[in-house]
Amino acid sequence: MTADQIPEGSRSRPAVEIDNVYKSFGHLQVLQGVSMTVREGEVACLIGPSGSGKSTLLRCVNHLEKIDAGRIIVHGELVGYTERNGRLHEMHDRDVARQRRAIGMVFQRFNLFPHKTALENIIEAPTQVLGMGKEAAIAEARVHLEKVGLSDKAGSYPSQLSGGQQQRVAIARALAMRPSLMLFDEPTSALDPELVGDVLAVMRALAEAGMTMIVVTHEMGFARDVGDTVAFMDGGVIVENGDARQVISEPRHARTQAFLAKVR
Amino acid sequence: MSENNPAADADDAPAAAFRPPVIRAVPVRHPGRYISAAILLVLLAMFVHMLWFNKNFSWDLVRQWLFWHTIVNGVWVTLQLTAFAMVIGIAGGVLLAVMRLSGNPVSSSAAWGYTWFFRGTPVLVQLLFWNNIAALVGSQISFGVPFGPAFFHLDTNSTITRFSAAVLALGLNEAAYMSEIVRAGLLSVDEGQTEAAASLGMRRGRIMRRIVLPQAMRVIIPPTGNETISMLKTSSLASVIGVVELTDASESAIHLYFKAIPFYVVASLWYLFFTTVLSIGQYYIERHYARGSSRTLPPTPFQKLLRANLTFRRHHPYTEAREALR
Repeated sequence: MTADQIPEGSRSRPAVEIDNVYKSFGHLQVLQGVSMTVREGEVACLIGPSGSGKSTLLRCVNHLEKIDAGRIIVHGELVGYTERNGRLHEMHDRDVARQRRAIGMVFQRFNLFPHKTALENIIEAPTQVLGMGKEAAIAEARVHLEKVGLSDKAGSYPSQLSGGQQQRVAIARALAMRPSLMLFDEPTSALDPELVGDVLAVMRALAEAGMTMIVVTHEMGFARDVGDTVAFMDGGVIVENGDARQVISEPRHARTQAFLAKVR
Repeated sequence: MSENNPAADADDAPAAAFRPPVIRAVPVRHPGRYISAAILLVLLAMFVHMLWFNKNFSWDLVRQWLFWHTIVNGVWVTLQLTAFAMVIGIAGGVLLAVMRLSGNPVSSSAAWGYTWFFRGTPVLVQLLFWNNIAALVGSQISFGVPFGPAFFHLDTNSTITRFSAAVLALGLNEAAYMSEIVRAGLLSVDEGQTEAAASLGMRRGRIMRRIVLPQAMRVIIPPTGNETISMLKTSSLASVIGVVELTDASESAIHLYFKAIPFYVVASLWYLFFTTVLSIGQYYIERHYARGSSRTLPPTPFQKLLRANLTFRRHHPYTEAREALR
């Protein structure tokens, strides 16, 4: 259904190109040659057992983690490095920050700023980073709060909100930077079961509006229904990557089958 | 179903409506508490009796000399010493903590070395050291290119007066302690906060200023209040190098009037007064930085008083009318 709404022309343009990426923490090899492409307007879901490297891969996309080998290109630009005369140069803090503006991220543990109200959380980056006026930022923040169904919670501190509400504020906070790519790191894993639905509904609406998304998730129903592609990761590699329905319903690889049999 | 079965309704309804009476149990007796309270009250009575009847306190002299101009000047110097030293201590502490936590091994080692040195030597020795700085650097302090030509000179003895020596000694020593307090505060903030801010495109300095430090303040403020109160009293060490602050002023009064106890009482009363003021200030600063940390902020003493007063007069018609209007 998402696929129908995306114009054919834009579907061909890659938004994220991950090319043979390796990453280790000390002796622990977390990513061992991962390649995948996410096209504009596409929702790519990453599934797999814990420790398979899916969160690490996501965190590499906005350079929260430095990769050891390979390339990650977002919107045609190398992430975290510039290439000059055949050599890679580490990017200055300022340029990494500039790249991250276009990439929204939502965390498993929300990571809202506890000393700021919901509204202050949302306007923080637009006013501080984009230099937007406070009035304009507040007006826009209210639109985002309405989109996530929390218009009445603008003045609440995170500690006064439920987990599901906090996560929706976190989504609104990321959207306030007008990103062209959204990364979701297990956004519903820390939520009580009855609160998961609200957050997934917001994400579904975002996908339907054409946002490019990479979603690390354990919600197989969401991956199947909202995802365009699903990649199954295990042991630091992508075992199987393809059409969402096909991977979830008729996985080809034995490891994918075993994993899906367990989580169902 | 139950509409057709009145018996079922009759069975259900009383069970739902029945509320057991409020428990009024006989409280457990704590004889130990009565005994310890009695002992403490007797000791308190003895203490108050001594304060009242011991002539050596000379309360009339205390009253007479409490606002004597030498004492008041001493109080003023003590406050200045405390304020300047704490400003140096806090600014230096933040700088050292950030250096210590930075990825640069030279700055983190330098910060560690500074803390090691200043925490490892007595502040009294540091005071004496700064007071004799001319013996170390000579009569002139020069500013210029390191190991190269100097652009201008300052006379050591007129720049480093007794007062500024005391401020430097107390402040630089304090910076070492403050750096550990600030470092603990910075480390107490979850790393997810930095990541969230970074993923919004904020840069390191701004993340520190807008996100991490305000949250670290909740951990930093209580020990800083402690340090400030401690500094107020530690500043009395400056009397050793001849700074006429509160303790030194009291000492000089003692030499004039040959009466020790009343002047020590005067000094103690002033110290007590300002530690009380500082404690109250700390309470309000803590409250400010507690925003968002608890569901409701604790009431200020003033609000508590107001509320208690309203509860007390709950049935007063005027109060009721006024509350109804709110």
